[in-house]
Amino acid sequence: MQTTLKSKNMSKQEYTITVYTENHIGLLNRIAIIFSRRKINIESLNTSPSEVPGIHRFTIVINETEDVVKKLVRQVEKQVEVLKAYFNTNEEIVWQELALYKVPTDEIAEKVKVERLLREYGARAVVIRKDYTIFETSGHREETERLVEVLEPYGLIEFVRSARVAIIKASHGFHEKLKEFEALKPGSDIIENEFLDKQEEVFTM
Amino acid sequence: METVSIKKEKATAVPAPATAETVSISGSEAVLKAFLAEGVETVFGYPGGAIMPIYDALYDYRDKLKHILVRHEQGAVHAAQGFARTSDKTGVVFATSGPGATNLVTGLADAMIDSTPVVCITGQVYAHLLGTDAFQETDVINITTPVTKWNYQVTDAVEIPEVLAKAFYIAGSGRPGPVLIDITKNAQLQKFDYKGYKKCEYIRSYRPKPIVRKEYIEQAAQLINEAKKPFVIFGQGVILGKAEKEFKAFIEKAGVPAAWTILGLSALPTDHPQNVGMLGMHGNYGPNVLTNECDVLIAVGMRFDDRVTGRLDKYAKQAKIIHLDIDPAEIDKNVKTTVPVWGDCKETLPMLTKLVEQKFYPQWLQQFKEYQQQEIDACIHDELHPTTEQLTMGEVINVLNNLTDGNAVIVTDVGQHQMVACRYAKFNETKSNVTSGGLGTMGFALPACIGAKFGAPHRTVVAIIGDGGFQMTLQELGTIMQAEVDVKIIILNNEFLGMVRQWQQLFHDKRYSFVDITSPDFVMLAKSYRIEGQKVTARENLKDALTTMLNHKGSYLLEVMVGKENNVFPMVPQGCSVSEIRLK
Repeated sequence: MQTTLKSKNMSKQEYTITVYTENHIGLLNRIAIIFSRRKINIESLNTSPSEVPGIHRFTIVINETEDVVKKLVRQVEKQVEVLKAYFNTNEEIVWQELALYKVPTDEIAEKVKVERLLREYGARAVVIRKDYTIFETSGHREETERLVEVLEPYGLIEFVRSARVAIIKASHGFHEKLKEFEALKPGSDIIENEFLDKQEEVFTM
Repeated sequence: METVSIKKEKATAVPAPATAETVSISGSEAVLKAFLAEGVETVFGYPGGAIMPIYDALYDYRDKLKHILVRHEQGAVHAAQGFARTSDKTGVVFATSGPGATNLVTGLADAMIDSTPVVCITGQVYAHLLGTDAFQETDVINITTPVTKWNYQVTDAVEIPEVLAKAFYIAGSGRPGPVLIDITKNAQLQKFDYKGYKKCEYIRSYRPKPIVRKEYIEQAAQLINEAKKPFVIFGQGVILGKAEKEFKAFIEKAGVPAAWTILGLSALPTDHPQNVGMLGMHGNYGPNVLTNECDVLIAVGMRFDDRVTGRLDKYAKQAKIIHLDIDPAEIDKNVKTTVPVWGDCKETLPMLTKLVEQKFYPQWLQQFKEYQQQEIDACIHDELHPTTEQLTMGEVINVLNNLTDGNAVIVTDVGQHQMVACRYAKFNETKSNVTSGGLGTMGFALPACIGAKFGAPHRTVVAIIGDGGFQMTLQELGTIMQAEVDVKIIILNNEFLGMVRQWQQLFHDKRYSFVDITSPDFVMLAKSYRIEGQKVTARENLKDALTTMLNHKGSYLLEVMVGKENNVFPMVPQGCSVSEIRLK
């Protein structure tokens, strides 16, 4: 039992951390240094207003073990201006990244079946000019990556990808949670403890 | 991102003239009014260009606020820390922009890691100069972010009352820590419509105290009641939570032996029968060895620092661990917890006491006593009653104990003398031990003892400092002179950077690389600051010298020459398990 627990916690995988915060200057740095201090690379970071006015949402992707991500999230949540932080595996979320591709219009019109391209990759043309065309698509990393490969032979001029944005499948949104925060007293929030969750095994150590 | 919501009010609030209910005051005055409302009496600080408006306002508040002019801003934070540790108030600091602010960083880092409530106000260049590399401009907010619990830059005076209220609330509540407020010069000068000061009691995104969960208390109590060899280890959380009485009641009912971290020291009187001593690298023999023999380890307000745990994968592996802490991030951080009891220990300890059975573990306590005897025979006796010609640090502390009867506040610096003082100093009262624990800041003690005296003005304050650490902040003798601070300073001089030398001796084949340190004539130095003093080299003069020091009216410096190559033992070598502690 101990060994399975250990191996689960020891293997690295992608985690998406969702942080609800106040909208204050300097908070981005305060959160970022929690990662950099521990020499953990942030794979992707997005910050934008959330569904609740005045509350910001950070989406941070890192590649780490469960053990590390758990501790990181607690350090994030400990910051005075952070309301709540969650971490999820890829199975627990729905996520997308947005990608923009700039290609020479001549090339693309002559050599590629644009229609097929657009349909196959779910892309759409955002701008069409004489000199260049900009396509947009969204999806997982591999999906947006694939279109890069397709367009590269046709003189891809520029490519940019956004940070991941993710929705937690099990989330009920932040409106309810915020009410709890504004209730002037601590909420019923609990911090999970893996040993307690698996009490029987642990207590028979 | 946008600025705070409170800033949105500013546009309408600024030009409004003072009405019958409100007055127009400057941002600087608003800072001082906030201090008075928060019960601040003493400020440690150093003026400079960007904070001059505040100092100008302070001139009119001289009768209400005492300002202690330090000699370096680091000293101001350490003094504020000393103040906070001996009182139960927040220490307050003023510093100017640029170098004034960067000089605070060591102190802030120290206060952060040792959870000390401090509010620092720094001046900043005019808002319109921010980012222009103006004279004495530095990005203080970003420099201090990792070493503050919270920081904030004020560019508009309207924000000052609310921001200061938040600062004091955040610094002092939950797990305390340092807060820095950077105020641009224009905001200090700006007149605004002052609507009074309201203390902050709530911030929606901030949870100072996690909710106490009854089921965990019950599970913890059950584990304790079923234990054969329970062991309590406690830290500063007991002091910060003002839970000394609750803690004592808990261990007395549960009958559990208790050992302390150096920041938990003095929370439980030294002579309490269940006080089994100090944990960690230079802690006592029994508490270290028996950590790896107890069956239930109850950690109260401590954070399993590596100096306490030694090698983690061999730390208390046989034990079930109950961890009481106010900071959820500490649970499972270093040591996996069986039952986490998060919450303020002032609340959780009585709940636990109620559920535990009245017990006594004579055999288990006896085991601690046996180890203690071995330690006495192997090192304590020789340290306290040496037969060598040279004086030992331990005997100085021992004589001091006899003279003060354990009623003094002891402030220590960092190094061998710190470990010896923590090991041997006697304490009857809480909040009596002031030391730099987590950060290990040499140069901490001299400025900290100044603040400690202001925090506990009716108590004897003795600073114990090494010859190395003393020379890091000795300029604060000037502060002691000018503010006439009655502190007793003992320099334990071994003419070495002793702790590093000890490591070089034990782990680096005695290659003494740059640990030989020359000192000035400390007594003459003190005299030049009009501080009385003397130097002791012989055992027969020690007691008289200490008596003279303690009886002297006003500050006094006593230099004691101690054995050059004495080592602190026992010791858990780095990378070893606590049970591999060495007596020699």
